[in-house]
This record gives sequence, C-alpha cells and structure tokens, in this order.
Amino acid sequence: MRLVILDDYDLASEWAAKYIRNRIVQFKPTADRYFTLGLPTGSTPLGCYRKLIEYHKNGDLSFKYVKTFNMDEYVGLPRDHPESYHSYMWNNFFKHIDIEPQNTHILDGNASDLQAECAAFEQQITAAGGIELFVGGIGPDGHIAFNEPGSSLVSRTRVKTLAKDTIVANARFFGNDLSKVPTMTLTVGVGTVMDAREVMILITGAHKAFALYKAIEEGVNHMWTVSAFQQHPRTIFVCDEDATLELRVKTVKYFKARMH
Amino acid sequence: MPSNKSVSDAPITQFVNCRILKDHKLQWEDLWVREGKILNPEKLFFDEEGFADHKVDCEDKIIAPGFIDVQINGGYGIDFSQASSDIRGGVALVAKKILEHGVTSFCPTLVTSPSDIYHKVIPELRVQDGGPEGAGVLGIHLEGPFISEEKRGAHPPKFLRTFKAGGLADLMEIYGHLDNVAMVTLAPELANSAAAIHELSGRGIAVSLGHSMADLSQAEEAVQHGAKFITHLFNAMLPFHHRDPGIVGLLTSDRVPPGRTVYYGMIADGIHTHPAALRIAHRAHPAGLVLVTDAVMAMGLPPGRHTLGQQQIDIQGLHAYLTGCTVEAALEAASLHPAQMLGISHRKGTLEYGTDADFVVLDDTLTVRETYIAGQKVWRK
Repeated sequence: MRLVILDDYDLASEWAAKYIRNRIVQFKPTADRYFTLGLPTGSTPLGCYRKLIEYHKNGDLSFKYVKTFNMDEYVGLPRDHPESYHSYMWNNFFKHIDIEPQNTHILDGNASDLQAECAAFEQQITAAGGIELFVGGIGPDGHIAFNEPGSSLVSRTRVKTLAKDTIVANARFFGNDLSKVPTMTLTVGVGTVMDAREVMILITGAHKAFALYKAIEEGVNHMWTVSAFQQHPRTIFVCDEDATLELRVKTVKYFKARMH
Repeated sequence: MPSNKSVSDAPITQFVNCRILKDHKLQWEDLWVREGKILNPEKLFFDEEGFADHKVDCEDKIIAPGFIDVQINGGYGIDFSQASSDIRGGVALVAKKILEHGVTSFCPTLVTSPSDIYHKVIPELRVQDGGPEGAGVLGIHLEGPFISEEKRGAHPPKFLRTFKAGGLADLMEIYGHLDNVAMVTLAPELANSAAAIHELSGRGIAVSLGHSMADLSQAEEAVQHGAKFITHLFNAMLPFHHRDPGIVGLLTSDRVPPGRTVYYGMIADGIHTHPAALRIAHRAHPAGLVLVTDAVMAMGLPPGRHTLGQQQIDIQGLHAYLTGCTVEAALEAASLHPAQMLGISHRKGTLEYGTDADFVVLDDTLTVRETYIAGQKVWRK
C-alpha cells in the first residue's frame, strides 16, 4: 500500500487528479487501446474532478480514448433526477470534458432486469480489457462503493440494500425526507474493484478517520470492506491530515517520510 | 466521431463560453440547439449517446431569451393602425427591423380606431412564426376603443366606445374578427365591462387594464373576471393615492385570486415614467414587470431599448444595475414575464429545454450583438 498524506482537501484532490492525469498521459491511449478508468461519486471526489476538468481545459488531458465505469447507481430513481449518479457525472464531469458518450458506463437503476444489468456491466468491463485504474472513496462505515458492512469480499456487481446509516447520511440530498431516499442500489462488488490493475482510494475529512484506521491498521474484515485492498498488489490511499487522525503516529510518520 | 443519435439526425449546435439566463440567474453553461428548439444535453448524452455537430464560441457573452414586445404601435414609418395598401408588408418591415434590438416576438398594437379600420386591418395581421424575415407575430394588441375619455391620452376621442351589453356581439361589431388577437386593453369602469373581460379571457385573449379612471376595487373586480395585465403603468390612469391606490394598487392587492399574477407594462425610457417610480413598482412587485416600447411610427429606434441597452448601467463584475434592478431581472422583464402573461412560457421567453430557440447574444453592456430565431442567426451587429 502507498499512503499519500497531503495537508488539506484541496491538495489531496490535486495530487489525486495529477496522478490520474499522469497515468492516462503515460499510457498513451489510442482507438485500439483505451485507458479504462473506474470512477466514484459523492462529495470527496468533487475537488479531484474539478482539477481534471482544469487539466483538460488547459489542453493537458484528453478523454477521447478513455473509457469510464462508474461504481454504482440508485435503483428506481429517474435517470434525470438531480440526485442520480447519472446527473452527478454529467454535471460534475462529463459535460466539461471531451469524453464520448458511448465510452461512459453507468449502471442503469431502472433496468427491467436488474440482475441482468449487473451481469452485463461485468461483461462490459471484461470486454474493455479490465480496469486500468479504479478510483474510489470510503464511507464512514468503511464501505467501498455500496458494499456495506457484511458484504462479501469477493462479491461482484449486484443489487444491494442500503444500510440505515447510509440512508440517513443521504437524506440531506432528498430534502431531509427519509421516505424519499432510495433504499436499493446497483453496485460493483469488492471483487470487481479488486480485479482492477490499480486502485486509488480518496479519503478526506475527520469523519472518515476511523474508517481509514479500520481499513489499513486492522485486519481484513468484511465489516470494513475497504480493508480488502490490503490484499491488492497496487493500492494507493490519498488522504488529508484530518483523515489520519485515528492512525498511529508511527504509521503516519513512516508514510510521510516516503513522500520526500 | 460516428453519429449515434437515435432521436434525430438534425444537426446539433453547441454554444460555448457563454453565460446563459437559467433558473433566474446568469450561469456559465453551454446552450444546445437542435431543430429550432433548446436541447437537453444530458438526455442527448445518455439516451442518444449524441454530441454537437458544431460549436459556436460566444467569447464570454451573455445569452438571454429573445425579447418579447407586447406593445408596439409601429415604427420606421409604419403605423399598424393605418389601413395602408400593404399592411402585411408594413408589419414585415417592422418585424425585420426590431430584430436589431433583440426582439424575437411582438404584438402589433392598434390604437383606438373606427370600426372599419379594425375590420380591414385585423385579418391582415396574422399570427406567424419568426424567422430570418423578422420577429414572430404573437397576436394583435387592441388598445381601445373601449377606454376612458378622460384618460384617452393620444387616442382620438370620436372613436371611443362603450359596451352595450359587453358580450361577444359588441366586440364583433367593433372589431369584426377576434382571431389573431392576443390582447385587449380596456377600461374596466365602463358599464358591462365584466362581460367583455369574461368573453375575451375565455378565448385566451389577455385582458389589460389601461386608459382608465378605475379605482382599486373596480380594477380588482376586473382581475377577478380575468384581467391580467396593466397597460403602461402610471400613464393614462389615476395616480397612486394612499387612500385609493387605483389601478397601481393591483401590484400589492390582496384580492388577486391565488395562483394568478397581475403583470404590468412599463415604458422604461426614463420619460414616460420617472426612474424612481419604475423602481417603486419593481420593488413592490418584481415578478410582474414587463418592459414594453410603445413605439410609434415616427420612431427610428424604439425608446424602450435605449434604457435597456445602455444607460444607467453601472457594471461591477457580473452585476449590472439598471435603474436599480439586476441584469437578470431586467432580462426577464423583457422576455419571461411577457411570455408568462400571454400564457406561452412553455415555448417562449425562456431557455428551458424543449422551448423555441429564440435568443439574443448580448455583451456586458447588454447591447444586442446577435439575434437568433428557432436556432437560426437572423441578425448580427
């Protein structure tokens, strides 16, 4: 594992965006060899998306030969609902860059056969040659995508029912009306993300500190599904100072020293 | 890029590097147009996997909905109230010239006239879509003859009329035809006006109060019967009085039926109304303000546009204060509000998805640089 610690949210976002940019540029993607990128939603990656858009507008980064696969989407929420992950990706990323629509993949939470939709998504990833770099976040309960505590660490893309904590945390986006928050989602599995050649997890803020501690300083445990990446050969955790608040001083000093 | 558009093969234009008037604010957003309508780019991206065929760089300018003028008597030598030998040609000339001022739709206005003028002229002023030939005609505004003698203003007194019963018969006798009529201005204190207001509103014609001696309760009654506009507020009506605000009191009346808005036209040339009075009205009832020109044939340039287009602008960043209101409020007074008043805001007066792509490109001094109708550039500076 690489643990990259930056002073604040903006610097962490910038580091992550530069890493993604450099990986794509160095890969030199073409029409015959796309760069496949796994993408998250939520408030954590917003700064990273803003920086990526900036690099695109400066002419430093093109998404013409990039294929994207999002981690999850709500079930039963209209695709044009302002809180759907389709809307999030359009407004915060796709509309500002030069990615081609057919190269973006987001699970369809309104598919008539949800299981078939999940299976098809896995096939699309395989057909694209697997994910080169999967970017994700972490929930306060240590979940990756919507793999809530108790999810199998070898799970694949499937329908998941949300934990109460998550529904409550999401209520703020639905006018604080719990009855309006979706209760089910389609999500990539822990196993799906583990298949990626490289994984980068963004974690910022003190409210995520305990989850980060559980993810990297305790054992691999299905109650904290991000801990599965301890067994991935190439994982980077990018965080700000606040997210390290529950880690041992020794851990933080070790990784900070490696940054100079 | 291969075309993969499933809904239509028509070309898509994307206007970039612009600020558009959306959700009542100027925002840095692109504007997408296809087949004469504003297109939803998110739907295009996800449903059709489509993209723009060509992009237009607006160089940081403002895009606002095309202006709608609901009171214009003529211009450039043309008088709509004359039964000239080429009425349609006259309208076409004015329609073409007003594109220069960003007006994409208008209501040719007829002042109080003898009945035979109405019978001859009204059938010639047809509702029609705008295009490269000129702004669209939304319908005729009949200002008179059922107005007050004391408040007739410049209208000829011998052609003023009163209602016999106020029903359809009266209206048809005077006007001859009501097709192609979008608005009628009348004085509600005239006997039997309620029946007329009822009859006109029932046909979808906007009834406006003006050239009137009505007091507030007469005006409120007219609104209850369906009236929804005030013709050039302050002019040709009783002045505001604190014990009987008259028609002006409609702006803050608590007897307007719920869900209804009373709109009011203002000639914002700084002459017909003192800017301070304009500000009082705007602050009292910002959602109802509609800017009109009330231009007459002698004018080469419609007066209203001067005030909107240039002056009293104090630009600080993106906020320009025009006679005390924001840029967005001024732009909406010239586009959204007249569309709402006429009940056509589902297709005109906004930049919402699916509406007609009638819009203007403005620079920071709000000078019109380009005018578009149905997505086609019909004028540029």
